[in-house]
Amino acid sequence: MDPAAAKLIGAGLASIALVGAGIGIGTIFGNYLQGALRNPSAAPGQFANLLLGFALAEATGLFGLVIALIILFVF
Amino acid sequence: MPNPMHQFEIKRLIDFEFLGLDASFTNASLFMVLAIASISFMTIWGMRGRALVPTRMQSLAELSYEFVANMVRDNVGTDGQKYFPIVFSLFMFVLFCNMLGMLPYSFTVTSHIIVTFALAALVFIGVTLIGFATHGFGFFKFFVPSGVPVALLPLLVVIEVISYLTRPVSLSVRLFANMMAGHTMLKVFGAFVVGLGFIGGWAPLAFMVAFTGLEILVAFLQAYVFAILTCIYLNDALHMHH
Repeated sequence: MDPAAAKLIGAGLASIALVGAGIGIGTIFGNYLQGALRNPSAAPGQFANLLLGFALAEATGLFGLVIALIILFVF
Repeated sequence: MPNPMHQFEIKRLIDFEFLGLDASFTNASLFMVLAIASISFMTIWGMRGRALVPTRMQSLAELSYEFVANMVRDNVGTDGQKYFPIVFSLFMFVLFCNMLGMLPYSFTVTSHIIVTFALAALVFIGVTLIGFATHGFGFFKFFVPSGVPVALLPLLVVIEVISYLTRPVSLSVRLFANMMAGHTMLKVFGAFVVGLGFIGGWAPLAFMVAFTGLEILVAFLQAYVFAILTCIYLNDALHMHH
């Protein structure tokens, strides 16, 4: 295979990591909403944890994006 | 389509060599200076009145102080209050660098891994030193989880050590990747607006507006996460919860 084509395919494959980030962010916000509707008075206290979980889950997907960029621009 | 990576290019503004090292004043240095100047302006000039009923600037300074002070109190405890200055400095620096990067034609300092890694390495080395200063060699117990079968310990200790050593990497890559990915995405959508022209460009333009709002949220959130993870690491070093 042409190395340039393989590089592009590899970068595209590395972007699949964003699937996991999408599932993770959906789970976090979905479960937060579920908990918040069951016990609305406890919801504001957990808002900081919600944002922390969101940022941590999003970062995992972005690690995949970093790998894609490394494949594209470093090699 | 213009290259979306050109916005991260470092340009020398004032050439300067120091002991054979390239120490030029670049656009990155300029925006770091701008961030520090804005923080100092907001906190020092904002607090000059010391009014009981604060002005807008003063309440901004007080709000940010209270925000970080509460964060340290909740996550590290009262004995962590002496580390408040470093957490406050880190939070404000990262926040202002991210926010200055959101201005059009500006440069995002935190979109360079070397900057974020330097900050993360500072946190990592500092926290490790604090851990050893507080607990002496007992800090090594941090890597031994309690209440697990002895047979599993060799494996778990290795995992704990690796997870401890990846902290600076994950801390720096999280901030860097978020900022870089966000700004690249904005640039790509900006190119769509230009490429589709006056007739079709409105749809990506609407996306751009929404994404800019999201990016401002992310800019704040990443500064918050950076500060709160610093607090959590400090708490680990001071209290060794396991």
